[in-house]
Amino acid sequence: MSTATRPKPVPLTDGLSREYWDAARDGTLLIQRCAACGAHQFYPRRHCTTCFAPDPDWVAASGRGTLHTFSVVYRSANPEFADDCPYVFAIVELEEGVRMATRIVLADPDELACDAPVRVKWPDGTAADPPLPMFVLEEPET
Amino acid sequence: MQGEVAIVGAYESPSRVADGVHPFAIHAECVAGALEDAGLEIGQVDGFATAASFAPEGAREMTVAEVAEYLGIHARWFDGTDIGGGAPLSHAGHAAAAIAAGLAEVVVVSYAAAGRSWPYGSEDYLTYASGPGQWELPYGPTTVATYGLAAQRHMHEFGTTPEQLAKIAVQCRANAAGNEHARFRDPITVDDVLSSPMIASPLHRLDCCVVTDSGAAFVLVSRRRAEHLASRPVYVLGFGEALGQVSMSQMSRFTETAGIDSGRRAFATAGMMPPDIDCAQLYDSFTITVLLALEDLGFCARGEGGGFVDAGSLAPDGVLPINTDGGGLSSNHPGRRGAIATVEAVRQLQGRSPGVQLKDPRTCLVHGVGGSLSATATMVLGT
Repeated sequence: MSTATRPKPVPLTDGLSREYWDAARDGTLLIQRCAACGAHQFYPRRHCTTCFAPDPDWVAASGRGTLHTFSVVYRSANPEFADDCPYVFAIVELEEGVRMATRIVLADPDELACDAPVRVKWPDGTAADPPLPMFVLEEPET
Repeated sequence: MQGEVAIVGAYESPSRVADGVHPFAIHAECVAGALEDAGLEIGQVDGFATAASFAPEGAREMTVAEVAEYLGIHARWFDGTDIGGGAPLSHAGHAAAAIAAGLAEVVVVSYAAAGRSWPYGSEDYLTYASGPGQWELPYGPTTVATYGLAAQRHMHEFGTTPEQLAKIAVQCRANAAGNEHARFRDPITVDDVLSSPMIASPLHRLDCCVVTDSGAAFVLVSRRRAEHLASRPVYVLGFGEALGQVSMSQMSRFTETAGIDSGRRAFATAGMMPPDIDCAQLYDSFTITVLLALEDLGFCARGEGGGFVDAGSLAPDGVLPINTDGGGLSSNHPGRRGAIATVEAVRQLQGRSPGVQLKDPRTCLVHGVGGSLSATATMVLGT
């Protein structure tokens, strides 16, 4: 495959998303909230998907949520992700009610379960730019 | 809808592995085969539909124009709707409407891809991480994993088991046994599926479709014109399509797809209900794709797909025989299998399935699911 040496896809930012990725560099997870109707949304857009009002506000998410569903990827047809295998591709539902795609890190796949509590985990400083927010399982309360 | 338009020619390439063949050459084989089956000539074709936006499909801009050029079809009506696996079904539905409206008389829907052997990748892949893709692609979602998300959630909510999903693959393999062109024909067991390598949990390798170099085409004309042809017409009785999501973060429920809407629309235009369907060709990119379709289309209640499979419903002697050629799971899946599923529905209704021929089916539902459970199209065909 001529794709064998291609790099991993990185976020290609635009005028709107720059705010999100700049905040990510500071360890803040942004979502949007519509000033007109109050609905939260993710991924960010220039309009509210609930009422179509323009320019939703940026708000910081708590970073806590639940693991809505996941898949442990053991094989990837995309060679640039092969070295990451196995990894956990996941959909997290933030406590603000919106969902985002992410990975669950630092977890044994056998520990994963739908609806398990999770919290955001930013990569260590040396990781790629912009940093991708990932999630870890919350420690069970003792 | 209701039978104003008929499919009068159908052809599936016997190819499964064809190293070095450009997909447009497979198109030419399939279009020639479908026209011969219909008793029509290339010069009579005035409508054409295809989608070819992936690298193994010959990706370029304006591919419907380029494939038409390659074939030498001068279309006055055309369609390049691109919704993944179900696209050929959308093309068929749009073509039926166009023929009924007098915009075309003879429409060919064609699909081909060298999904297995094409050596060149997509150079613009990295640009997909712009816009909505910037919040998803960097995490490495694979196609299998996106369907795995749905399977995982279905298991969580309804107790669906890996064994129940595996039985779908086992049934398709059994159907492929008699199909001399099927990619795989040797019987498999539930244990074989569960012991095959995990690709993206909870889906194993044998929960996934085969990947082939192949294609299919079919020809649609008006009922009036069909009655003057030698072939046995198969009528388009109902059609519906629906868009879901592309970004997985936008999937509203992981246990339901747009198939709820496309199915409801197809049944409504046909004036039918699920019990009126004798057999079905259900998109089987993965075993979970079939299970969700059974529930989305109303063949069983939400959450009861696993039990429906356990009851043997999908077998040739069950209440809903499916994928009688072996399906994408065992026979043929070059890319957008909707074209092949349609061809198999036509063959089944004409009494010439290469896999399992049922006894005089009168109706066959064809259901296509593309992308990452992204969009669906559903068609009811009948004699």
